[in-house]
Amino acid sequence: MTALRTISFTLNGKQVSAQIAPHHSLLEVVRNDFSLYGARESCGQGLCGCCTLIVDGRAVSGCLYLAAFADGAAVETIESLDRDNVLDPVQEAFIEEGAFQCGFCTPGFVLMVKQLLDEHPDPDDDRIRDYLSGNLCRCGAYPEILRAVKSAARKRRASKAA
Amino acid sequence: MPSATMNPTPSPPALAAEGRVATGPQVGRSLPRLEAREKVTGRAEYTHNLRLPGMLYGKVVRSTIAHGRIRSIDASAAKAVPGVYQVVAGEDVIKVIPHPYYGPAFHDQPILAIGKVHYVGEPIAVVLAEDPHVAETAATLVVAEYEELPAVYDELEAAQNRVLVHDELKPAGTFADLKHLKGVRGTNIALDYQLRKGDVEKAFAEAAHVFEHEFRTQKVLHLAFEPFVSIADYKGDRLTLYTASQGPSFVRIEIARLLGWPENRVRVKVPFLGGGYGGKLYIKLEALVTALSMIAKRPVKVSLPMEEVFYTITRHPMTFRIKSGVDEHGRITARRCEVFWNGGAYADIGPRVAQKSGFTASGPYDIENVSIDSYALYTNQPPAGALRGFGVPQLVWAYESHTDMMARALRIDPLEFRRRNITREGGRHATGTPLEDAAVEKVLEHVAARMNWSKPFDRGTGAVRRGRGLAIAIKAVISPTTSVAIVNVNADGSTTLYCGTVDMGQGSDTAMAQIVGEILNIPAESVNVVPRDTDVTPYDMGTLGSRSLFHMGHAVKRAAEEARDKIASLARELGLPKGSNYSVADLFQKKYGMQAGNIVGAGVYKPDYVPPQPGTGLTPNVTPFWMVSGVGAEVEVDTETGHVRVTRLLNVCDIGRPINPKICESQISGAATMQLGFTMFEKMHFDGGQVTNASLADYKIPGFHDLPAAFENETVEAYQSNGPFGGKGVGEVATFCVSPAIGNAIDDAVGVRLTELPLNPEAVLRALRAKENRPLEDA
Ligand code: FES
Ligand code: FES
Repeated sequence: MTALRTISFTLNGKQVSAQIAPHHSLLEVVRNDFSLYGARESCGQGLCGCCTLIVDGRAVSGCLYLAAFADGAAVETIESLDRDNVLDPVQEAFIEEGAFQCGFCTPGFVLMVKQLLDEHPDPDDDRIRDYLSGNLCRCGAYPEILRAVKSAARKRRASKAA
Repeated sequence: MPSATMNPTPSPPALAAEGRVATGPQVGRSLPRLEAREKVTGRAEYTHNLRLPGMLYGKVVRSTIAHGRIRSIDASAAKAVPGVYQVVAGEDVIKVIPHPYYGPAFHDQPILAIGKVHYVGEPIAVVLAEDPHVAETAATLVVAEYEELPAVYDELEAAQNRVLVHDELKPAGTFADLKHLKGVRGTNIALDYQLRKGDVEKAFAEAAHVFEHEFRTQKVLHLAFEPFVSIADYKGDRLTLYTASQGPSFVRIEIARLLGWPENRVRVKVPFLGGGYGGKLYIKLEALVTALSMIAKRPVKVSLPMEEVFYTITRHPMTFRIKSGVDEHGRITARRCEVFWNGGAYADIGPRVAQKSGFTASGPYDIENVSIDSYALYTNQPPAGALRGFGVPQLVWAYESHTDMMARALRIDPLEFRRRNITREGGRHATGTPLEDAAVEKVLEHVAARMNWSKPFDRGTGAVRRGRGLAIAIKAVISPTTSVAIVNVNADGSTTLYCGTVDMGQGSDTAMAQIVGEILNIPAESVNVVPRDTDVTPYDMGTLGSRSLFHMGHAVKRAAEEARDKIASLARELGLPKGSNYSVADLFQKKYGMQAGNIVGAGVYKPDYVPPQPGTGLTPNVTPFWMVSGVGAEVEVDTETGHVRVTRLLNVCDIGRPINPKICESQISGAATMQLGFTMFEKMHFDGGQVTNASLADYKIPGFHDLPAAFENETVEAYQSNGPFGGKGVGEVATFCVSPAIGNAIDDAVGVRLTELPLNPEAVLRALRAKENRPLEDA
C-alpha cells in the first residue's frame, strides 16, 4: 500500500532502526516493533497522557507523534527507568503512596513526574496540579499521585544530599 | 481509618521458602498492591497489549441511523482494498452461530445487526485485515442503506409505547421475575418492578404536607482508559478468549450457550484490566470476536478506539418522580417513587438495575407507607448497563435533593430533618429486611460533626456566594450470587490462590491474598494469585456491585480454612503432637519422602436470600449487607457566571472493617472523584440519536484541577458481622451522595434548585436568571 521507509533512532540508549509507513505513530512503532508496552493508547488524541514517550528529553504524546519525526532522535520509554532492576525514586514513591489503581495511566504519570522534578525539584501543590493537568486518571488516583510526587521529591533531594 | 494496623513500608516479595510464617496479622495491613511493581514499570499485562501469531484485526462498521430496517450492505469497495481479508456482516454470523443473540437478562442483542438497527453506532459489519490501518480505511468504504423508522430516545416517551424499539421481548429465562415478559409485544418496558408497603394514598390524604418533585439524570459513561478489547482464537473444537472482562465465568457460560458447547471447551483468560467500573461486564466484544474467528479461522482482535466506547455501554439516564407526605412533626409518613430507567436499545443488565437498585428508591428512611414502581425501558440510544453504583447514584440524586427541598419548605434544618426520619440500626428497610450493620446514623452524625454543621457558616459576599449541603444513602448488594475459590498449598509450603475475581484496579488480588495469609499465617506477599483463566480458576458470578470482597472473600477464607484443616489432619496422620513446630514443607517431606504433593482447599459462598413477594416486593432478607455513605459539600457559586467551585468534599463511608485500609481509602476517593465528574460536567450530547461529543476532547472527565481544595475521605468505625473478618464491599459506596450534596449546597448558597444533572455553569446560570425573572434565551 504505502511506501515504507527506514528510520534510525536510539531507543532506551540502544541504536535501533525500523521500517515505517508515513502514518505510523511512534507509539505503534515502540509497541509493535520493539514490544515495549508501557506506553499505551487510550484517547488517541493527545489528551490523556497514557502514551507518553520521551523524545530528545521532552515528553510527547506517542499516539500523535509521527514515527518519521523520530528519525535520528533519542527515544526513551518507561522501560528505561528500571533497566538494572532498580526502581526510579518516582516509581518507589508511586508504590508507597498507592498512586494508581488499574495502572493504565501510571507509566505516563511516572514519566511526567520525573520531568516535573527535573525542572522543579521542590514543587508545591499548585505547581504539581498545573504540570500534571495534561495527564488524566479515570480511576481518580489524584490525591495519592500528589502525595507520591512530594515523596519522590524528598527522596531525590535526600539522595542528592547524600 | 479505624482500628487498622498501618504498615506503609512495602516489604519485599517474600520468597517461597521464607514465606512460611507471617510477621503478624495480614488482615488490616495497608500492604501495597501485589502487582505494584509491574504497574509502575509498565510491565503489567493487559489484553490491550496482546498479539497472537496470524492474528487479524477487526474494524467495526456502525449504523448511522437510530432505528430502521437494513435494506443493503455494500462491502464491494471495502473488499477491493488491498490487504482486506474479509468483510463480515450479520448474515455471515448466522452461518456459524445460528441464533446469535446474547444478554444477561434478555437475549436481545445480535452479534452484528440482523434485519434492523436499533441505535446509532450499532455494529453492522466488521472489516478484517492483518494491518489495523487497512481495516480502518476499508471500513469507511462500507455503504449501508436503510429504511428509516421512527425512533424514541426519551424514557418517558418510551413508556408511552407509541414507538416500539423491539417487536417482541426475549427474556433470557434465567430470572423468574422476567418470565412473564416472554414473547410480549407492543411494549418498551423490559421490567416493571413494584414494591408496596402500607397504604400510600391514605397516608397522603392524612399528611400535613405533601411534596412532589421530578428529577432527571443525564447519559454518562465509564470511559475506562483501556477501551474495550477482546481476542478470540477458535481452533475447531476449542475456543480461547483473551478479554478485558469483569466477568470471565459469565463470558464462558454465555459463549458456550451461543455455540451449543459444553463450558469446558471455552477458555476465558483475563489479565489485569485498565479500568472497568461496571462497563466490562457480560458480553461486550467477546461474542463478536468469537464469530469472527470462527469465520476467518484465524485469531481475531477487536480493540475499540475511544470514540467507539461511546457506542458500547453507558450509565442509565433516569427520570424519578417522587412524592412524600409529612406529618406536623416533620416525620415522613408516605413516599411514592416512580422511576423510569432509560436502558437504550438492548437490555444488558438494565432490568436488574431497575429491580435490585429500584427497591432502595425510598432511601435510608423509616417510612410507614411506601410504593415503588421502577421501569426498565428500551429506547433507541446506545445500551445502558451497570456503572459504579448500579443505578443508586441516580436514585440518591433524586431522593436526597427531595429531602432537602422538603426540609427547606418546612423550615427544618436539613440535618435535623434527616435525624427525624432515618432508619436506625435494627430498624427495617422498606422491603421489610432489617437494616443491620448499616451505620446510617453514625455516618450522618460523622458528616455533621466534621462539617461543623451546628456552627455559623461564612456565606460569602458580592457575586460569589457560599453554601453547604449534605446527603446520606444506602445500597444493597445484589443477591443471591455465588463465588468459588481454591487454595493450593504446594510441597514447599508456598501457596497459590485461584479465584475468578478480576483485579481492575480495586486491589482484589491483594485483599484476597491477605485473607489467605491471615488464615494460613503466611505473609500475603508470598501468596501467588493466579490470573483469571476459566480453565483453572473456578466459578465467580462477576466482579460487580461491590460484591467481591464479601462473597469471594468468604469463599477464599473457606478455601484457606479447609487447606489449614487438611494440613492439621496431615500432621495428626503423621503422628505429630499438637503444637509441634514442623513446617508445612516438613510435613510433605515426611508424608511423601521427598518434596512432593499438594493440599487443596476449596470454598464456596452463596448468601441466604428470600425472594421478594411478587407484587409487593417485600422480603425479610433481600441482601446480605448494606452499603452506607454520606457526603458533606461546600461550594462557591459565582452568581454572574453560574460557575460552581466545590471547595470541600467530605466523603464518609461505612465499609465495615477494612482488609486493606489504604486501598479502601483510594477506592473511596476514586469513586467520589468519578462521581464529581458525573455531577459537575460529564454528559453525552445527542443529536438524532447520534453522540455529538464522542471523544475525550469533547467529553470532559475530572483532572487534577477538578479536585476540591479540601477533599476528605473517611470511614466510621464499623464491623460487618456476617462479613469476612468484618469486611464488606467498598467499590461503589462513595459514589452515592456526591451529586445531591453539591446540589443542596448550591441551593443553600444561591437559593436555586437544580433537578437535572450535570450542575454545569449554564444550568446554574439559567436557574439564577429564571429566579430573577430575566431568563436566559435558549441557545
Ligand atoms: S493516548 Fe495519547 S494522549 Fe491519550
Ligand atoms: S490508575 Fe486507572 S486510569 Fe489511572
